[in-house]
Order: sequence, then structure tokens, then C-alpha cells
Amino acid sequence: MKALARLYVALIIFFLYAPVLVMIFFSFNESSSVWVFTGFSFDWYTGLATDVTMLNALKHTLIVAVLSAVISTVLGTAAAVGITALRNKFSKKIIMSVTQIPMMNADIVTGISLMLLFIFIGKLLGLRESLGFLTVLTAHITFNLPYVILSVLPKLRQTDASLREAALDLGCTPLQAFFKVIMPAISTGIITGFIMAFTLSLDDFVISYFTCGHYQTLPIIIYNMTKKSVTPDTYALSTIIFACVFALLIMYNMLQTKSESKKAAKAQP
Amino acid sequence: MNKKSLGNKLITSPYIVWAAIFIVVPLVIMLYFAFTDPSGAFTAENLSHLGKYKKAFGLSILYAAIATVITLVLAYPMAYFMTKLKISSQRMLLLVVMLPMWMNFLIRTYSWITILANTGIINTLLGKFGIGPVKLMYTPGAVILGMVYDFIPYMILPIYSVMSKLDKSLLEAAEDLGSNSFTKFKRVILPLSRPGVISGITMVFVPSVSTFYISQKLGGNKTLLIGDAIEYLFNLGPDYYNVASALSMVLMVMILICMFIMNRFSDDDDGGVII
Repeated sequence: MKALARLYVALIIFFLYAPVLVMIFFSFNESSSVWVFTGFSFDWYTGLATDVTMLNALKHTLIVAVLSAVISTVLGTAAAVGITALRNKFSKKIIMSVTQIPMMNADIVTGISLMLLFIFIGKLLGLRESLGFLTVLTAHITFNLPYVILSVLPKLRQTDASLREAALDLGCTPLQAFFKVIMPAISTGIITGFIMAFTLSLDDFVISYFTCGHYQTLPIIIYNMTKKSVTPDTYALSTIIFACVFALLIMYNMLQTKSESKKAAKAQP
Repeated sequence: MNKKSLGNKLITSPYIVWAAIFIVVPLVIMLYFAFTDPSGAFTAENLSHLGKYKKAFGLSILYAAIATVITLVLAYPMAYFMTKLKISSQRMLLLVVMLPMWMNFLIRTYSWITILANTGIINTLLGKFGIGPVKLMYTPGAVILGMVYDFIPYMILPIYSVMSKLDKSLLEAAEDLGSNSFTKFKRVILPLSRPGVISGITMVFVPSVSTFYISQKLGGNKTLLIGDAIEYLFNLGPDYYNVASALSMVLMVMILICMFIMNRFSDDDDGGVII
């Protein structure tokens, strides 16, 4: 039974990684085919370094991901604190339901509805080009916000409300009370929210596709490439992304294990 | 007291304004487009076009449902076996399952072509044995495979997270009361993992039913799903925004109905479960 379970897990992992391995393998192909392996070369990697469209797209992706993650984390954390303090059950319920819409809705519907709004605003302002950097950033903030709010809210619920009152009684201003008492207690929620927002933004294709105009991010470039026949350079790019994400995850995991063993060491005496 | 509620309004209102403008208003605009013609006059004609897309709607629901069932059948044992491992191996496996999620799904989908095509890996291998080539690409099977492959982590993770938090003493109690492993599974593990299963199902079904990339790449031009139809119409230009909005609206309502039915099966009202 145990051996069978292990075999099953291994098979699922093989299924998950088969296309990834194929991709990595063909990124080193000498010829431009993604079918027939003719020989080993790094040409596709060195070619990427001089590909201006690709580098620009990478820059766009990073700018949008960083900005949207920062803005949605600040806005979302403030909103979560406010929502927790809300007394009115009814308005709380409405706010929470609206918050869940972008998470529940299909990406294509979110993307299209935002595109219609941006085109409408663009017409009102008489702009020639209504889609671009600002619209894709706005869209990303919008779909990131629910994830930030929903990762901060449970942490706030676990935080003892009397802590804040004690801080106020001891002479803190509400702002000081927030930064000195509440913020440390909910920091893991804020960090989780930020990481989720950042990665969601990096990876988003569907919503960006409808809202980015000429401000093309990496997934859009990849989409355009896969429309024509794909050459190994797309695979090379993805292999690099894969390696970066892999390194980040390993690092994150190591940090987590370290902080846990620290906690365990502290708890021992 | 008053000061407190004022401060509270001050920190919540930016988000409320944001949510109103960028979540609610866009949907209202979509609704407006769905019920007007390109000149802006009110009409219900867009909805009458929906008949043309009956087949696309049907296929989308069918494929997404099959993909969701397959994903559940594959993911449930995986999540269960994962909880049986040492904590350190569990964490490692969790990373292994999540890693493909952070990669661009366009490429992950695309590399299946290299595997499935007539000159691809599987057919080359089969050819060595004198079989084939078997047509694997541009078939409904390829589209469903793409859906299963792209979204299976979204099924494994919520089920695993519910199962790993399961109270071990309940299992011991069941054993003490004489359950064998089958009844233990049926009466304890299965009911308690239901919230994870339900959020997994929604997280796989929604993106599957609305996809347009997977069907374009793996299904070729033959399989027109509802996502394809919407994307195609929007790319035709502003004259087609109205019909496309009507289709999007129906897709949204359809998803809402599915979620509503799903939520009837879950008894926790914690306000949605996410990973």
C-alpha cells in the first residue's frame, strides 16, 4: 500500500513536470525547432539578452508587479483594519461580497468589464489611446486587493482588541497604536498578501490582455509568440523564469524553516 | 467614540471608492452594453444572438465539468497521500506542486504540443514500435488534458490544506470505536475534507469554463468554447462589444449559478475558502 502511494505521488509529479522538462530540454536546441533536437547550444539564451521587445516587456512586468503589489497591500491592509472595526453587520456583508467578486468571477469577465470602463473613461477625457500603463496597473491593483484583504483579515480577527485599547490608554495615538501593536501582530498576513499579489500580477495574462493596450507585459509577449510558430527562445525565457521562481521558493522555504527552528529553540527553556 | 469611527471611515473609504469604481461600475457598464446596440439604443436583440452560441456554451460546460471531475479524482488521493508523509517531505512536496503554478501557463500549455503533436514525443515513441501516428492534438481530449494539467494544483492545495489540519484525535477515536480504514475514510476523512473539495472544484471549474487559450492552442479551430467566442468578438472591434458583453454576462450568471449550487453543498459560511 505504501509503495503504491509513493508510486502514485511520483506519477502525479511526473505529469506536472513532463511539459516543464520538455520545455527546458528544447530551450537548449541548436536549431529553431521545438520538435527535433539537433544539438546543444546556448544561443537562444544569449539571443534573449539582446532582444529589445523581450527586455522591455520584462521591465513592464516588473514595474506593474511591484507597484500593484505595494499599492494593493497598503490599500488592502487599511481596508481590512477598517472592515474589522465596522459595527454595522449589513455594510460589512456588502463590502465583503463586493470584495469577493474579482476572485469568484472568471478572469475574462473581469478583464472585459474593466476594459469597457477604461474605454468609456478614455472617451470622456477625449484620449486617443485609452489603454496603457495606468489601466493595466489599475486592473492589477483591482484583482490583487481581495487576496490582500482576505489574507490580512483572519490575522486581525486573531489579534486581541484589548491590546489596541491598552496602547491607547498608555498614551499612544491611534496611528502609533497601529504601527506599534497591530502591525507586528498581523505582519505575516500582510507579507503573505504582498507575495500573493506580486506573483498573481507577474503571471496574469487574461486580464492584462484586455487592459494593457500597447504596454505589453511578458505574458502578452509570450502569447504573441505562441500565435506564430514558437522557437526555442520562448522556452529559454520560460526556463529562466522557472529557475528564478525555483530559487525564490527554496529561499523562502529555508527562511521559514530557520525561523521555525528559532521559535522552537526559544520555546524550549 | 466619534473620533474613532471617523478614523475608521478614513482608512476604509479609499478601498470602498476603489471597489465601487473598479469592481461595481465595470459590471454595470457591461450590463449596459449587453442591453444596447452600437448606437446606444436599448435592445434585447443581443440576447437573441445567444442561440448561435448554444453549442459553445454546452461544450464549455461539458469540457469543464469533465476536466473538473478528472482533476478531483487525480488530486484527492494525491492530497491524502501527502498528509501521510513526514512534515519536512510534506513541505517539499507542497513546493513541488506549487512551482508549476508560478510559471506562465501559456508556455506550460504550449509545451504539450511538443509532446502530443503528430511529430511529437509520444508519436515518435509509438513510431519506434511501428504504431501510429495517433492523432492526439486538436482533439477534445487534448483540450480537457490541458485544463486538467493547468489547474490541478488549485485542486490539490485546498484539499491538502483541509486534510492536514484534520484533528488526528478524531481518527484515533474512530479506530478505538472499531472502524476499519474504509469506514474511517468514509465517515471521518471524506466529510471533513468537503470544504477543501468544494473550493477546489470552484477553483478548477471557473477558469476551465471560461478559458480561451487552452482551446485555441490544443483544440485548434474546431473547438469553439465560450471564452473563444467572447475573445473573438471583442477583437472584431467596438461594433461587436454589445454582443460580446451579452455573452460575458451570461457566462458570469452561469458561473454564479454553479457557485450557488456548490455552496449549498458546503455548510461552512466562513465567507469563502481560499488556500
